[in-house]
This record gives sequence, C-alpha cells and structure tokens, in this order.
Amino acid sequence: MSEDWEPKIVAFLCTWCSYAGADLAGISRLQYPPNVRIIRVPCSGRLDPFYIIKALQRGADGVLVSGCHPGDCHYISGNYAARRRFAILKGLLEYVGIEPDRVQFTWVSAAEAERFAKIMRKITADIKALGPAKRLVKDYSMFSNQLSAVSKAEC
Amino acid sequence: MEDQLRDMAVKLFKDGSVDVIIGYQDGTLPLRASPCLIRSAEHADKLVWNMSCDSNLATYLLPFAKANPESKIGVIAKGCDSRSIVGLIKERQIEREQVFVIGVNCKGMIDRHRLEADLDGAEILEAHLDGDSLTLSISGNPASSIEHPVSSIIHSSCSACEHKSPVLYDVLIGEPDAEADVNPYELVEAIESQTADERWEHFMSEMSKCIRCYACREACPFCYCSQCFIDQNQPQWFGKTTELSDTMIFHLVRAFHVAGRCVNCGACARACPMGVDLVSLTKKLEKDMKELFGYMAGMDVEELAPFATFKEDDPQEFITEPE
Repeated sequence: MSEDWEPKIVAFLCTWCSYAGADLAGISRLQYPPNVRIIRVPCSGRLDPFYIIKALQRGADGVLVSGCHPGDCHYISGNYAARRRFAILKGLLEYVGIEPDRVQFTWVSAAEAERFAKIMRKITADIKALGPAKRLVKDYSMFSNQLSAVSKAEC
Repeated sequence: MEDQLRDMAVKLFKDGSVDVIIGYQDGTLPLRASPCLIRSAEHADKLVWNMSCDSNLATYLLPFAKANPESKIGVIAKGCDSRSIVGLIKERQIEREQVFVIGVNCKGMIDRHRLEADLDGAEILEAHLDGDSLTLSISGNPASSIEHPVSSIIHSSCSACEHKSPVLYDVLIGEPDAEADVNPYELVEAIESQTADERWEHFMSEMSKCIRCYACREACPFCYCSQCFIDQNQPQWFGKTTELSDTMIFHLVRAFHVAGRCVNCGACARACPMGVDLVSLTKKLEKDMKELFGYMAGMDVEELAPFATFKEDDPQEFITEPE
C-alpha cells in the first residue's frame, strides 16, 4: 500500500436525519476527513443490499449506511426494517470473508453533527487500517483492454 | 411405503380429492427420480418414493397451480417440501385450499456428487435401494456389483435437517424416523471458526466452480420472481460473467433474497452440476435468522416473515458507535 493512498468511502445517508446531520456538521465547520462520498437516500429502509454490494464491486474501500435513530424514522418504521436486513447482510458478508469494518451501519440524527464527524473520523481510520478493498472488487481491466482494442480498430 | 403411496393416490383420484398429483417417477438414469404429473388412477403405479426423490416438488407446484387455478392439486411432500409449501402459502403464491398435501416421512436424500466421488469415475449402470443398503452395478472392465453404505452419502442438507417429517399435510404416509440428535449448524460453525482469509479462500474456490447455469435458481421453490435480478439489464446491477466477483455476488444476493424464506431443502445444491457448496450459505442465513430473530422458515402459515416485521428491541450490536 502506498503512503499517500486515501480510501474512498461511500456513505448512504437518509435524507431526514443523517443527511441533515451531515449538513449541520458542514454548517458548524466541524472537521472530518474528506474520504467520504455521500449519497442521499430517502430512508435507510430504501437501501437495497444491491447498493452496498455494488459499491464494493466497483471498488469502494468502505461503505457506511446511516439512518435515523430507532424510533425516530420519518416513515415510522423504515429504519427498523433496515436494521433487520443489515444484521443479516452484515453477517453474510463477514461469513464469506469480507472484513467486518468494511461495511458499517450507524444512526445519526439531524442534531448530531458532532456524532457525524466522529463517525466519519472513525470509519476513515478503520478503512485506512484495513487497506484498499480487494475482495468482491471486479477487475474491469480486461474489459477496458478489449474496449480500447475495438476503438483502435474503428479508427 | 411406495405401495401405500400408490394406494393413497388411487383412493384420492377415486374420491375426487385431487385432479392431478405431482410426484416422483423413475428417471432415465439410476438413482435419479424425476418429478412427474399423474392425472388419473391408472397411472398411479408410476409413482415412486425412495432416497433419490430429491427435487423439491413445491418448485413444480407453484407454476402448475398458477396455470391451473381450477384444478385441485395433490402434491407429495417430504419435510422440506411441506415447509416450502407453507412458505408459498404465506407469501400468497398458492391457496391452501387448492393443494392436497400428501405428506411422506423422509430419511434424507442421497448426494450424487459424493457417491460419484466415491466411485472414482465409474458409471452407475443399475442401482437397487433396499432400506439402508444400496447395491450398485458399476461400469468397468468387467462391470462389477458393489454394496455402498447409504449413511455415508446422505446429502449435507439432509444430515443437518431437523424437520424430516412434514409440518403441513392432509394425509401422512410412513413412520417418522426416531429424532436424531444432530447439530444442524455443524457445517456453518466449522466455517465460522476459520479466519476471514480462510473463509474467503473457501468461498472463492467453491464459486470458481460455478458456470452460471442458474440450475440452483430454477430448482428453488422461492426463486419465483418473474424477472430475476441477475437477468435484469436496465439497470444491469451485476454482471453475468464467470468472473469470480460476479459469481460470488450472484450467489450472495441470491442467498440474501431467500433469507428467512429458504427451508434448506438443498434442491439448489443437488441441482448444481458442478457441486458448488450452496448449503453452507443458505444454512448460515437460517442460523442467523434463528439466533437474531427467533425465526424458522416454513413452520407456520400465520407467522410473519422476519423481513416483513420487526421488534423495537431487535439486536443492533453491529451498529457503529463513535469512540
């Protein structure tokens, strides 16, 4: 691993709590590492496990999912449904050998800017300790070689 | 038991309880019973019941029931088939009233991959099963006849099975086996005790066998989506190549899609032409469902599926807390 490697982390934040929490962290000028790419989703219950696995396949070094605290869901029970799915998904991913810290789940409310910044610091440190993701990452190089061969032939 | 089954079939046709029976008949190869449709009493003698009746008939019941909503369908169901039928009724795919379940007590099914490995490439020309003894005539020069113990080639999903007797039936045939004291999660625990690297290596070597034929999906009673995620191409979520990442993801997501529904009948693993160990994936999900949510698939029509409900105090130890 090179010294200046910086992880890419995909964070799925629910629009009602966690995204607002991230917004407040920004407004409050709280410092946290810039490794996180935020994707806003309507609810943590909206998250299909596809999204997490797809992010890992396309080379995300870490995935974070954050929703409203249990009991605070804008849609009453979206995060409860999500919690069950994530428990099973996380167990399955770890079972096949994905590092436990690679995929993380948390709750951040709209008022918890400090918690959001701390979580971002923690997950970035966790992923840096793990190094670049290798498992489940798809090697697209063979396809791009073929593509460039095709485009050369066309020229 | 086979005679009882045939007599029962004749009786059910005669008294009009069923219009058709989905059961097993002898296949074209030894030790390969295949599913069949029996439409009248005079064909009831085609029915067989032995330790090679390994497909899950719920898989065949569902499309037949949907295509023939007026007919009353008899289906032969061992423990896992009956639990699949419970699952399908629960998911409102079939009506309980439309199905007449002929429960059979099961002793486990034969794992052909294991048997073939034991035979070291020799072809099975003829097989005769009598209780626990299996007599095979196998190819070679000259062809020979051997005895093979059945207990060593029971399929892994069957040796870990806790519900060999049907949970839902209208009639029941055969005596239940004495309750064996099995640890259903022996296989899963053996994998869990390995390091993450070893587990990854294990699953990579299993998945590298996969040729993406989707026989596992076709054999599964719960893979009834009209469009499977892997066939979808707008958007195309995951690749259809045999690149290891694509293969692994197909099996992970398929396992996840049947989580809390899968009854671990092992039909997927037995359908697999390459012998990929799919049981250790599905069994892991069963174990987690049981430990986390106290749920066992296919036991009760009324009980809500684990992903259809929640509790406020569901376990959440996996939630990241800032330090």
